[in-house]
Amino acid sequence: MENVYELKNVYKTYKNDGKEFTALKDVSLTINEGEIFGIIGMSGAGKSTLVRTLNRLEEVSSGTVNFYGDDLAALKPKELREVRHSISMIFQGFNLINQRTVIQNVEQSLKIIGTPRNIRREKAKQMLEIVGLLEKANEYPARLSGGQKQRVAIARALAVDPKVLLCDEATSALDPKITGEILDLLKKINEERKLTIVIITHEMSVVEKICDRVAIIDDGTLAEIGDVKEVFSNPRSKAAKKLVFPSNPFDPSDENGQLVRIVFDGTQSNVPFIANLVEETGLKVNILSANTRSVGGIGYGQMIIELPESEKDRKTVIDFFRKGGLSVSEVNRYE
Amino acid sequence: MSDYIREAIITGVWETFVMTFFASLFSYAVGMPLGVLLYATSKGRLLENRPVNFIIGAIVNITRSLPFLILLVLLIPFTRFIVGQSIGTTAAIVPLTIGAIPIVARMVESSLNEVQPGIIEAATSMGASPLYTILHFIIPEATPSLLQGGAINVATVLGYSAMAGVIGGGGLGAIALQYGYYSYQKDVLFTTVALLIIMVMLIQEIGIWMSKKHRKT
Repeated sequence: MENVYELKNVYKTYKNDGKEFTALKDVSLTINEGEIFGIIGMSGAGKSTLVRTLNRLEEVSSGTVNFYGDDLAALKPKELREVRHSISMIFQGFNLINQRTVIQNVEQSLKIIGTPRNIRREKAKQMLEIVGLLEKANEYPARLSGGQKQRVAIARALAVDPKVLLCDEATSALDPKITGEILDLLKKINEERKLTIVIITHEMSVVEKICDRVAIIDDGTLAEIGDVKEVFSNPRSKAAKKLVFPSNPFDPSDENGQLVRIVFDGTQSNVPFIANLVEETGLKVNILSANTRSVGGIGYGQMIIELPESEKDRKTVIDFFRKGGLSVSEVNRYE
Repeated sequence: MSDYIREAIITGVWETFVMTFFASLFSYAVGMPLGVLLYATSKGRLLENRPVNFIIGAIVNITRSLPFLILLVLLIPFTRFIVGQSIGTTAAIVPLTIGAIPIVARMVESSLNEVQPGIIEAATSMGASPLYTILHFIIPEATPSLLQGGAINVATVLGYSAMAGVIGGGGLGAIALQYGYYSYQKDVLFTTVALLIIMVMLIQEIGIWMSKKHRKT
């Protein structure tokens, strides 16, 4: 599989009134052809800056961003514009031209690459058909809902047959239902056109739903990267744990109680392992929190439990879970 | 009011119209590109260029801060050079145009500043050149605001054209001055003022109507 993007030691520093602010610190990652790659982080973590280095809307301060082997920073303005024709982008605020009709908006991207007028119209119609908005072709964006505006933006982005689609918080301004529909559309496009998609988001649910791999950005650094399933079932970094596991609503009964997190996937979810634990070992555990989520169609569950007091009993419990194939990790109660 | 004066007023309306029309047209021909340049070269914009922005900005500010009456007098040699005479309706178009250019430029700049930065970012991400972005994204998006600003500018030029009467520019201003002020014919004075007000209102209304027709948000 070919690398679409290869980022090596990317730094980005802003200078403002003599003060320096580092938005990206030593970020290295690769994005593969055909995958949906998620970049998640809290707001201000640097993810929007990161995605803008992918089409050089932001210049990097040091390090390299390679797109199909070409260093973006080395391109001359004209070459850069050429390359941008194969890197489309959609935005949180849609960014349509409000004074132009839907179809004129879609045609705009084709006009930039110099497509002749009649082909342009046809292609724009096809695109609107794909996003399900052909009947709105002659409406103005102001008459559309947020979800419809984003569909127009997607049509505009895809009309030029790009190699990559960058999505900058593309669903953040939409309600959960519409978000789901837009994500389904992106997934469909990814599968049918083998289009590489990079998704920037602060919402875990977006990554869970459609991403193949995910990078977690925390305070400008790459905290963790890997398959979504892997990161979700076994987050290693603090930032990842914070995103994957919400904070514990309950305090343990004992100040010094030992807490562990157990994570199980769909294949174990039909085993009543807590009941089995009590039955087989006679030991009791206190459940402090539990939830489930679906990642790429597979159900995942996690529980935070407080272990018995004695060291020996704790070991018995942990061994019992490990034997059952569950992942067990110690949790600091303030984590 | 004598027939003679009535006829003079009709001619005055026509002269005022001619002066306003051509001065507005020429001032937009120069002021619009200047406004675009002011916008595009300012900090953080597509063609950011401090020296160019500073120089154009300084020229615009200086010409704008000159009282129009002073500009009229100051430009007499220039007007004579351009049109061969310094009095009359045609001659008045020159100082009117020069006086309106900086106003138009600033108005255009401010209309363009209203365009959402996201739209420019979208154009850039699609690989549009700065010039393309200005012509096909920024100006269309600013059109309603540009039209509204246009109405204000034309009304301002009309107001200025009345002042051109002072230096023999003709039009309603000259009549108001000649008959109304120097020979105390109040009825002439009020008629010309009323006509000027009506013309300004008409321009405003047309501008607002066009702007509304264009505004799709």
